[in-house]
Amino acid sequence: MPLELYLNVITGGLLTGLVYGLMALGLSAIFGVMRIVNFAHGDMMVAAMYAALVLFNVQGITPLAALPIVAGGLFLVGYVLQRLLVNRLIQATEHIQFLALLGVAMVITNGMLMAFGPDAQGVLLDYSFDSYSFGPLILDKVRVIAAVVAGMAALLLWAFFAYTRIGKAIRACADNLTGARVVGLDVDRLYAVTFGVGAACVGVAGCLLLMLVDVHPHLSTDYTLLGFIIVIVGGLGSLGGALLGGVVIGLAEALGGVLVEPSLKSMFSFGLLILILLIRPEGLMGKRT
Amino acid sequence: MTTTAAATAAAPVRLPRGTLLLAGLAALLLMAPLFAGDYLLSVLILICYQAYLGMAWNAMMGFAGQFSLGHALYIGLGGYAAGALFVHFGIPPWIGMLVGAAVATAAGAVVGALGFRFGVKGVYFALLTIAFAEFTRILFDHWDWVGASSGLFLPVAHDQVSLWLLRGPPVMFYYVILGLLIAAFVLSWALLRRRIGYYWQAIREDQDAAETLGIDVFKYKMAAVMLSAAMTAVGGVFYAFYYNNLYPETIFSMHRSIELMLGTIVGGIGTLFGPILGAALLVVLGEVLTLLTEDLGLDGVKQIFYGLCLLIIVLWRPAGIWPWLRTRLGLGT
Amino acid sequence: MSAVHAMDVAVTPQPAVATPILEVNGLTKAFRGLTAVNDVSFEVPRGGIVALIGPNGAGKTTTFNLIAGVLRPNGGTVTLEGQGVTGLRPDRICHAGIGRTFQLVKPFGALTVLENVMVGALRADPSVAAATAKSHEILALLELDDKARLMANTLTLPDRKRLEVARALATAPKLLLLDEVMAGLRPTETDRMVAILAQLNRETGLTILLIEHVMRAVMALSQRVVVLNYGEKICDGTPEQVTRDPKVLECYLGEEDEA
Repeated sequence: MPLELYLNVITGGLLTGLVYGLMALGLSAIFGVMRIVNFAHGDMMVAAMYAALVLFNVQGITPLAALPIVAGGLFLVGYVLQRLLVNRLIQATEHIQFLALLGVAMVITNGMLMAFGPDAQGVLLDYSFDSYSFGPLILDKVRVIAAVVAGMAALLLWAFFAYTRIGKAIRACADNLTGARVVGLDVDRLYAVTFGVGAACVGVAGCLLLMLVDVHPHLSTDYTLLGFIIVIVGGLGSLGGALLGGVVIGLAEALGGVLVEPSLKSMFSFGLLILILLIRPEGLMGKRT
Repeated sequence: MTTTAAATAAAPVRLPRGTLLLAGLAALLLMAPLFAGDYLLSVLILICYQAYLGMAWNAMMGFAGQFSLGHALYIGLGGYAAGALFVHFGIPPWIGMLVGAAVATAAGAVVGALGFRFGVKGVYFALLTIAFAEFTRILFDHWDWVGASSGLFLPVAHDQVSLWLLRGPPVMFYYVILGLLIAAFVLSWALLRRRIGYYWQAIREDQDAAETLGIDVFKYKMAAVMLSAAMTAVGGVFYAFYYNNLYPETIFSMHRSIELMLGTIVGGIGTLFGPILGAALLVVLGEVLTLLTEDLGLDGVKQIFYGLCLLIIVLWRPAGIWPWLRTRLGLGT
Repeated sequence: MSAVHAMDVAVTPQPAVATPILEVNGLTKAFRGLTAVNDVSFEVPRGGIVALIGPNGAGKTTTFNLIAGVLRPNGGTVTLEGQGVTGLRPDRICHAGIGRTFQLVKPFGALTVLENVMVGALRADPSVAAATAKSHEILALLELDDKARLMANTLTLPDRKRLEVARALATAPKLLLLDEVMAGLRPTETDRMVAILAQLNRETGLTILLIEHVMRAVMALSQRVVVLNYGEKICDGTPEQVTRDPKVLECYLGEEDEA
């Protein structure tokens, strides 16, 4: 196989991996702060993709332009979900939380199935087939845009946690919940914001991914699992780890698709997941406990 | 003092009432084919099948507290083992069932041994079980001997009736699955009353305390996974011979793992009647919903309903319906 | 001067009761550089009651966890009746004959009080009928039999503490490790627990090693007291000797109101 092909596959995988990473960032942030595993993550992702699709089909708004709208919408969804449901389950056992979010996942995905049907749908932009070439390297324009925006969104998230008052307060909750309560932080509201921010990451990732792939309702399970794989590879609760995990998985899938049959590629991800769970359950970047 | 008095007073009433209920239910189910039409019979088969699988999952999650989200793996292994042996070599399903159960037990042992030895706990363990199921699904998607992604089909002969080969009318399948359900119930009942049952529940409630009381936690958790896997695989054999087709995409899917545990969660995790009650409720309500919305052609409405059921149960009755109903019926604990 | 005196007390040999049932020798455990237990040695005579005391963070529970197999020591040995049990898994330790309770009680919440105790009783005898009978006996001993059918998670704290003891007793241990079973009890309840433990020791010859902050219980029960401070043994002797030891007084000074 020619070297250029590999180069292209690798860069393509890296770029897509950044978008995956952004999706996983949301999952990781929610877990890192609340120790809640959002089993409806992929479903929210697909919902975001459909939202972007509808905005494009009905209003002619491109996914990039729709980004703030969808992210804002998803923030609200996450915020409300946390207030109405997850907050009641903070004290519940792990599997009860898991099952509740599984219930949410089933409602979201099948709601989309009812609304949009099972067929795959996508958007066609003016620049969908444009590409940049650097010597032998050919980069799809949409992929580059998606990766750059994903990177910017990740940076924004980092800045949010590092510099804003509310972001710092959320980190305080994650570090020491009792302490946070003692100093009078409104933990319930901060948790809701966290879930909202996590969901907003998914909203952005959904808009970006819609430029790369077609959407259908049954993608949700795949994305949920993909999200888990990424955060566990990178380290659940670690933001940098989520991005790294996304890139690793993006690469693994892209290379797996060329080296062996494309349909076998997700076997690599699951194999990697099993391996990581067994030998380093805290992930590549996670802290050892 | 008052509690002892109440307990002893309730004891003579409690036993006959529970036994009576059980006997009535068994009699009703045994005679069902006499009055049930084709449709009702198919619904009853579905209830028994779901209840059976729920019981198999319950042995692991309900009794020993180990959360599996990948039980589709064992359904698939059981179904494919018996199905492929039947299709390729004409080996009767009852033999294939043994093979399938053995393969699934081995798979359960691998998942359990890796998970428990490496200390993969709770949700992480659940993810590990999903990963194994998905991994196997993709493997079977590319395995030509079992038909790969285009599926494995069992030959259907409409006039043939053979219990030994599991070829025959729905009534036969009904009694087969009812028999399996009763066997699973009796097995669960018996195990809960033995040392292993107490040890499983102790591990479920507090693993550290259990270990301190002399329980070899690893051994008993392994026993739970392997038993649950074997029981589930037998259900998979029934699936293969009742539906006559197997696709990796559907049989190993996470949706099947979810479907399998829903009834038990609704009915009551860790209880003996929970899986039956939950399966009956969900299947019947699902059928009613299908009938009501048939004309609208709404895909997914049943799944939405199941999702809502899950939410309602988790929020308002996380222990399930049976523990609540049991006290309402005055059946004691 | 006083330090020398303390050393004298620590090494003064006690009148030999019998061969020790438990020998702890040079036990050491470090967590990330912090030495929680440092070269601790002591003996528990057969049929005796020994108390392990010391201020918070002295390494008492860590010592228990090292003996009970929850933690593996970095150095040192634990010997039960001449058999090395160092670093064995908790269930093996239990089978070897050491029962223990947890400072933060760990009842099997969704099981009844009786079933909780049966789990312990099933260690020695796999027959459920035999375990039931034995569990009722133990519950009667701990005055819990009238609550046998209640769910463990409905019990009050004093009852949970007694359930914890009952469950450990049910495993038929030769040596019982009790981790602060009096903490959180009212004085009358403490006296009851003391009476029960004394009775057990007297009638069945059960050997007890207990961690305790409640001094009146320590004084009433133990024939011998081992004092830890900052992970090291600072004193080992009769209750009278220990209470007179200036080193002990010094380390307890700040905590006297608590005791």
